[in-house]
Parts: sequence; structure tokens; C-alpha cells
Amino acid sequence: MIRRVHTAPPAWEYPEYQPGQKVALFIPCYMDQFYPHVGQAVVEILERLGIAPEFPPEQTCCGQPAFNSGYWDQVRPTAMAFVRAFRGYDWIVCPSGSCTAMCRVFYEHLFPGDENVRAVSSRVVEFTEFLVNVLHQVDLGAVFPHKVTLHIGCHGRRELGIASQPVELLEHVKGLEYRELPQMEDCCGFGGTFSVKFPNLSLDMGRTKCENIASTGADVVASIDTSCLMHIGGILQLDPQKKHIMPLHIAEILNHREG
Amino acid sequence: MSDYIEQNGFPFQSNEMHDLCVCGGSPATALAAKRSTAAYAEMLKRNPNFQTWRDDAHAIKKYGVENLDKLLVEFEKNLIAKGIEVLWAEDAREANRLILEIAKKHGVKKVVKSKSLVSEEIQLDPAFEKNGITPIETDLGEFILQLAHQRPTHTVVPALHLTAEEIGRLFEKELKEPYTAVHGELTAMARKHLREHFLTADMGVSGVNFGIADTGSFVVIENEGNAGLSTSTPPVHVAIMGIEKVIPSIDYLPQFLHVLPRSATDQKLTTYTHLFNGPTEGRKMYVVLIDNGRTNVLADPATFSTLYCVRCGACMNACPVYHRVGGWAYGWIYPGPIGEILNPHLVGMEKAGKLPFASSLCEKCAQVCPVKVAIPEQLVHLRNQSTQTRSPMQSWYQAILWKTWNFACTSGFRYAWFMYAVRWGAWGAKFLPRPFHILELGAWTQGRTIPRPAKRSFRQWWRARQKQK
Repeated sequence: MIRRVHTAPPAWEYPEYQPGQKVALFIPCYMDQFYPHVGQAVVEILERLGIAPEFPPEQTCCGQPAFNSGYWDQVRPTAMAFVRAFRGYDWIVCPSGSCTAMCRVFYEHLFPGDENVRAVSSRVVEFTEFLVNVLHQVDLGAVFPHKVTLHIGCHGRRELGIASQPVELLEHVKGLEYRELPQMEDCCGFGGTFSVKFPNLSLDMGRTKCENIASTGADVVASIDTSCLMHIGGILQLDPQKKHIMPLHIAEILNHREG
Repeated sequence: MSDYIEQNGFPFQSNEMHDLCVCGGSPATALAAKRSTAAYAEMLKRNPNFQTWRDDAHAIKKYGVENLDKLLVEFEKNLIAKGIEVLWAEDAREANRLILEIAKKHGVKKVVKSKSLVSEEIQLDPAFEKNGITPIETDLGEFILQLAHQRPTHTVVPALHLTAEEIGRLFEKELKEPYTAVHGELTAMARKHLREHFLTADMGVSGVNFGIADTGSFVVIENEGNAGLSTSTPPVHVAIMGIEKVIPSIDYLPQFLHVLPRSATDQKLTTYTHLFNGPTEGRKMYVVLIDNGRTNVLADPATFSTLYCVRCGACMNACPVYHRVGGWAYGWIYPGPIGEILNPHLVGMEKAGKLPFASSLCEKCAQVCPVKVAIPEQLVHLRNQSTQTRSPMQSWYQAILWKTWNFACTSGFRYAWFMYAVRWGAWGAKFLPRPFHILELGAWTQGRTIPRPAKRSFRQWWRARQKQK
């Protein structure tokens, strides 16, 4: 007898957050160096919600670039370093869908069946997931009087099943006008090392995405992934007609107050 | 190995890409892709149960592939009981030899072929031609491509890259018909020319969509009626199938008839569903079962879900890379995401090692696959394999780069210093003319600006903040 196997869409069961649980921040490597203000926004938002996040200083990178390039032997020690750094925390909050997917989904491929790894990697949650699914907070009292469109990175969307959470959060921001992005499920073309291995393809995909962004009339493009925004923003800046569109991580918008 | 690859290599691998294989090289492909994406979204809305059907199809295929050894034996036994002759071929060469032997035995001069991907895979047409047998492709798309001496760019709609105007010109030149770009008229012309061939052919060749183990029958689905004619008019019918096409029971066929046409062309059902149950009086029917690398896929637990594939083409319809480069860029009969994970097994990493990298891992293919082949997972697995064996992606420079990266990333202290250097590098890069060519940055700066490094990294900010507290 063949039994039906349900494999998708990913439905994560989020445990409840208990006050006093230890929350760690995982700030991805590129964000650490290029976009620290996103991390700062995350810290401020969480602290306002009464959570004191910790930043384990031993954290480095999740290993995704090397993993996607096929150098798995080189990734394993990096992934182990991640596991060591975050052992003992109840929640590991990461403001990037892609890095979260790397830890929660793809560490399983690097260490099949390793319970030690799973104990840590299964606790990594993406920032908007943490706010909406775990803390059940959608109104953070933010004010942001701009037209905003949203791009959800592919790993966040298809590995973690993030689709409604960021929209819900944005819709509760005062003064914000949400503009839905046409063909929102399409990839922006970044794809990590794909962007430099096949630059023409990556740029063409990025330009299509930018056309769609511009067609909404928004002046801000938000995302849960700064990596996508780095690529999208880089293309927008070189186009005189689209230069004015600002790429912003969703945490920056949610942390925006009056004045 | 196919002569085609020997001569041309993989376009993704060589830097000399055919016009069609460069970004935006085929407006027809781009347009068709857009249409099919929209059609698929509509189809999902009309079929609320579609995801459950996919789960079922996946489960059946999984069972089928996991029990392939037993099912194939059962299938063969039941085929023979129905008077169908069964032949086994380990590779393309053996398959061609067996089919040619059948042709010789029956004194075949002309063969009508309905669309079959396996026949493309084993390069059957050139083998026929070399032996003085005329193969006639009867699927409209394949017929057009045979006239144009081109290779297919899609598994379901082989002539996707051609516009009606181009086909009109082709018919004008090759068939001496008056020029037209009206779809119906072009089809009528092809039909007129093909009818003659159906009536005079000595043998018909078809592919197989599903082999059914418990009844010993096989299924061919099609829209044009050409498969029906190719298999019933000539006295000999040879069906060729990859060994992975077996499903356990006829009870499970409807699940596939639900998902396959809907995923492929947004049809509820194809125009014809042929269920073959042995030859009629005075005719001969053969089934040639072909391995040609499939057992390699089966042997690797990480990748064997590749064999679930039903060749519906949904993954390429969804793939942003395929939309832009078309099917020829994949260099082999299977294009798109499925080609990226299947070709390395069939032709070897050495030739196809770059294919798994031609993806941004956006996972749209996995979202639409009717049998849920874990394409993205397998892409990363194959990337790993590609760096470990001889392949175009094996590079000492990358290995050193990632080793250094790993050294830096295994300690918070080393990492902080490493990143410090990266930040200064990125700051310095600002002063260089754009685009410039240092390592991979050249590719990045082709059409993007370099992000400006922050004055203070997050960890510096955090440390300062902790001190203040």
C-alpha cells in the first residue's frame, strides 16, 4: 500500500515564547559589516517588546556561500562553529530569510541525523517569523509615511514559507502605503555566488525585478533579506529613472518612529 | 556518448554560446514562458486539490523507483504474456543496435516517429540515417525541427523558440508551400505532408509515458493524434522507454493523468491517452527498456528522486534562467532545472559539471514539479560532487578561497580581523573606476554598485553599547 506523503509547503510548528527565555541574535556576516543599522533596529525593536537579546561574540557566518558553491568540506567546521556559538539559547533570531533557511533546512544535508546540530539549528527563526508567529506582535507602533513595496527572498518564501508575515507587519505601520509587487514570487537574481558566476543572467533577472518594483510607484522597496537588497539596490542606483527608490530592510521600517 | 556533445560541448561550459543561448536571445521563449507562468497560476486557482494530487503522484513515483528492481521484472513478465517482445539496453549504443536489428529483420525503409525524449537521448534518428532508413518525425514541433535541422529546446514543446513567421518561412523553403504565419494553415500543411508518410512507413517508433507493471501495458499521451497513427498504421511498433517509467499498478494511473497535462500545458487531459496492451493479429510490438545512466542516479541516495521526473516541463516553464537562455544552453536533450540535475548523471560531471551552478536556487521549480522532485536539494548536492570530481567547476583558487574563509569563520576573533580587511578592501574599491576586474568583483560591478562598508560593524557597535551599560 502506498501512503500519501505530505512534503510541502513547509509548515513549521512554532513553540510558544516563554518570558525569561534566552534569545540570541544572529547577525549575518554581510549585515555585520555593511548594514549594521539593520541589526541595531532589530535590537531596538526586541528590547521595546521586553526581550533582551544577546549577541554571542563567537558567531561568524552560517556558511551558505561555500555551501552553495559546493565546498561542503570547508563549510562543516564553519557550521560547527555556529552550533558551538549558539548552544544554550532558546531562540536564535536572524534578520535574514536566506541565512535562517541555511541553518534550519540545509544543515541537515551537511550533518544528516546529527542531533547536536539539530538541537541548535531548529531554533533559528527569521525575524518577521519571530515577531508574528512566536511573539504574536504585528503592531509595533511604527510610523513610516511612504509608499512601500515588498520583495520576499526565495529561500524565505519557499524554504521557510514566509509570505504573509512581513505584509501583515507592514500593513500595521502608520502612514505606510503598501503596494503589492507584480510577479512577487520571482527571484531577484542575486543567488549568492550565482551573481558573479553568471553575471549577465543575474543582472537580467535583477533588472526585471527592478522594472516591477518601479511599476508599483513605490519609493521604498522592503525585504526580509539584505542580500537581495544589496543586489537590487546596486542595480537601482545605476538607473537614473529608478535611483530614488530606496532599498530598506523591514526592521528599519518597523523601527521608524515619528520625527 | 552523443556525437552532438562531442562536437559542441555544453554551451554553459564553453564561452561561445549560440545566439539563442545568451540572455534574451529568444524572444519567443521569453513570451511563451510568461504565458505559461500565468496559465499555471490560473490552473492552481481552478484546482484546489492540486497539491494533494502532487503528494499522491510523488508517493507513487517514490514507491516505483524504490522498488524498481521488482517492478521491472513484473512488467517484463506481463508484457511478454501479452505477446510484446521485450529488449533491454544498457546504453545508447546498445539501444540503437537493438532497434536497428528489429528494423533490419522487418526490412524497414521508412520509420514514423512520435515524440520521444529517450529517442533524442540515444540519438536514434542519426543512427537510422546512417543505416539507410528514413526517420520521419511526426510530432508537429519535432517535424518543424527536423526540417530546420535543429535540436529541441523544450521537453514538451520542442520548437518553443520559433515564431509562426519563422515556421512559415521554413515551410515555404522546405515544403514549397505558400508563405503564411496563420497557425491553423501551418498545421494543415504539416498534416498534408505527414499523412503520406504514415501510410507508407514500415515501422512506428514511440516513447512511453508510463509502463504499468501489474497489467503489462504502457501508456502514451499526446495531443496531435500522430502517436496514434505512428503506432497503429505501420505493421511494427517499437516503444522505447527509460527504465524509471514503471508504475506499480493501473489503479495509480489516474493520479498522473491528473497532474501531468495540467502541469505541462494547463490541460485537464491530453487529447489522446493511448493504453497499449499488445499487438493485434499479424503485427509486432516491441518494448525497448533503456538504462543509459539511470542506474547511476539510482545508486546515489542523495539524488535518486531525479528519477521521479515525468518530463512535463513545468520546471523549465517556471525557471527564470531557462526563460532567458532557452533550452540549447543546457547542451543536451533535457533542458531547464531537470536538465541541470539529470544531465550530469547521464553524460558525466566532466562535461556537465557546470550545469548545477546555472541556478540562483530560487526553488520555483520545486514549487511546481508535479511529482515533487527535490530539484534545489539535488542542485546543491551535485555542486558538492562537482567540486570533488573532475569537472569544469573544480578550481584551486576557489578551494583556497573557501579554505581561507573557513579558517576565518571558525573563530570569532579571526573572523573580526578578516572582516576588517574585507571592509577596508570594499572601501578602497570605491575609488576604482567601475567596472573593474579583480577576482569576481568584476562580474559584480558590471551592472551594480558596491555596497558601502559601515564605519562601525555591528559587533563593534554592540561592544561599545555593552560597555556603556
